[in-house]
Amino acid sequence: MQLETIGFFGILFGVIERFWPVWAALAVVLALSMRYKKRLGLYGHLYDSGVGIAGLTICLFWLFTAIFADTIAPFDPLRQFPVMKDAMPGSIEPESGMAFLFGGDRLARDVFSRMVFGSQIVLVIAPAATLFALMVGTTLGLPAGYYGGRIDSVLSFLANLVLAFPVILLFYLLVTPGIRETSIPQWLAGIFFIFPIIFFSTLFYTRYGGRPRLFAVQLAATLLIGGWIYIGLVFDADPLGIISIRPNELNIFVAVVFASSPGVFRIVRGLVMDIKTRDYVAAAQTRGEGPWYIMLWEVLPNARGPLIVDVCLRIGYTTILLGTLGYFGLGLAPESPDWGTGIKESSRLLRLYIHPALPPVVALMSFVLGLNLLADALREQSLKD
Amino acid sequence: MLSFIIRRLGVMALTMLCLTLVVFFLINLEPNLRKLAISQLDMRASVEDQERWLQRNGYRQNFFVRYGQWLGVLPKQPNIDPNTGSAVPRFSFCDEPATVRYSGVLQGDLGCSTKFKVPVAEKLLPALGATGILMFWVMAVMVPVSLIVGVLAGMREGSRLDRTLSVASITTTATPEYVSGVIFTVIFASWLGWLNGSAASATNQGVTFYNFTLPVMTMAIYGTGYIARMTRASMVEVMTQQYIRTARLKGLSFNAVVIKHALRNALIAPFTVIMLQFPWLLTGVVIVEVMFRYQGFGFALVEAAANNDIDLLLACSLISVFVVLSTQLISDVGYALLNPRIRVR
Repeated sequence: MQLETIGFFGILFGVIERFWPVWAALAVVLALSMRYKKRLGLYGHLYDSGVGIAGLTICLFWLFTAIFADTIAPFDPLRQFPVMKDAMPGSIEPESGMAFLFGGDRLARDVFSRMVFGSQIVLVIAPAATLFALMVGTTLGLPAGYYGGRIDSVLSFLANLVLAFPVILLFYLLVTPGIRETSIPQWLAGIFFIFPIIFFSTLFYTRYGGRPRLFAVQLAATLLIGGWIYIGLVFDADPLGIISIRPNELNIFVAVVFASSPGVFRIVRGLVMDIKTRDYVAAAQTRGEGPWYIMLWEVLPNARGPLIVDVCLRIGYTTILLGTLGYFGLGLAPESPDWGTGIKESSRLLRLYIHPALPPVVALMSFVLGLNLLADALREQSLKD
Repeated sequence: MLSFIIRRLGVMALTMLCLTLVVFFLINLEPNLRKLAISQLDMRASVEDQERWLQRNGYRQNFFVRYGQWLGVLPKQPNIDPNTGSAVPRFSFCDEPATVRYSGVLQGDLGCSTKFKVPVAEKLLPALGATGILMFWVMAVMVPVSLIVGVLAGMREGSRLDRTLSVASITTTATPEYVSGVIFTVIFASWLGWLNGSAASATNQGVTFYNFTLPVMTMAIYGTGYIARMTRASMVEVMTQQYIRTARLKGLSFNAVVIKHALRNALIAPFTVIMLQFPWLLTGVVIVEVMFRYQGFGFALVEAAANNDIDLLLACSLISVFVVLSTQLISDVGYALLNPRIRVR
């Protein structure tokens, strides 16, 4: 059956039109930030360079795409329209009269909607996993760099152990249906996810331990929120039912955190070893401050520049890792709309149809590129200070 | 220096011991063993049959005993058939002597691949050779290109050339192999038809420009940007040094300054980076070999992992961990040798 198409300009304007919530949100954010950039500190400085604006725009574009995915995507990413199998870009779906802007894939799903919904998966898992890795790496890297000696040797040995694993082998061993039958992902999750709670409790204790009432409030808040997320993620038993995670997602999450925390550890350790020789640290030591106070309130804030840059790069790297997982069909469900799975599905049929492969490829590449540009601009700015 | 290398080798051996233990543990988890039993028997085999098979082939011995046997520090018992009382090899496709012997990794016996039905060494050596060829060409493309790009960009910081090359390098670091592979295949194989989108023929018919360019390009592009960025940073730093200004003020031409004075010092840092690229290249090898169907190490690793081929997967991890650790060692030693200011304690 011959499908009607809307032509090249139809596709172009169709895509621009579908993304309208993103354009609106982008316009508001960029205009406001430009207006008040003098008062926005480091974030405002990003608007001084072309690279910074480009990176920020791309990242915000995907962020808003993920937020407004339901409005942007015309179709359900999992729904199959038999008549649209391998349809060319711009073909019109007869029933609804709406166009498959980027065509249909092998299983007759809308490639455009899948790309849009794929951004949700990537933009939830990649930053969250990076933040957890940051927490784990920081909590372990601070004492390793500050105390040195035996703690440092043991922790560095463990970090090097994980780093010596080629990532792909690690994933093939850690992200399998077999391992989900055992309790290893739960154990690992239990260990990793306790770190943010420890981190924040120590953070508040070292500063506000002398003011019991304030500290009690902070500790209660940390334990309540942290414990709530912890129960939801590790045991999948959130009493409110808001936080839930499927076993395969937990598996991926844990593997990604596991693979990237040693990198954070090494960076934090190096930064601390450098910063602990500064005068303000010596001053704090003379004042008689405890070691953890110095680490968390003197050293860490002064290491924030390189750490922010690293987090940007690392989110990009985590996105690439997620894509790798999807490409090898590890962990994510085979029908999942994420970009890696999309690339895997379509790259096998490149000889016949190229249109289902390009949207996820361009999406993944542009998002990582945006993060890299952002990191580059941030680095330039922090060097200037 | 010598004691440093010896100490590092000791740490390396310890790391490998720990890592193989972890891999051994993960591979021998109960679900994996069951999967292996099912794949070796047939799909309808009952749980008792599977259990008997695992029991008979020694998979039910104590974990550490089996690890010791694999390593070669504990003796392997011959496999006795309970019906006849004589020794039979565990797998029909691998020979096994009928005596008690020490035969593990330390003795050079890597075991038996259940997926390819050959001894592991027989499968792995040709695969490693194939990957070696791929790696050689990737390095031959990646290293000169990235160094030239880095030096050109870092030569005059902030110039238009620098900006263009820097953005190009950032872009390549944002394209992992599975992305660039698709893009290149679409452009050069589907659209222009210049190159072959599959390297399957390279395995048996030999490497040609037609079938090998795409995999090499795909793999090289991801690392190029990163090395180029490091070279650029190093070059920029060198160009601000006093001795460069002295050379300029002496009246040497810009080109002579760059080639004679800056280049040598600027290339020390990228050396480390290039060596540390090897672990990344391992992941790239796996992706590229699967994508272009090239029968090398990465292909063997994926097949082994997908079919729970215990011995082959262990051998693959051993090799990859060895590659990672030895390149780290070489990069440290090489850095110390190249840079006279660094002295190893």
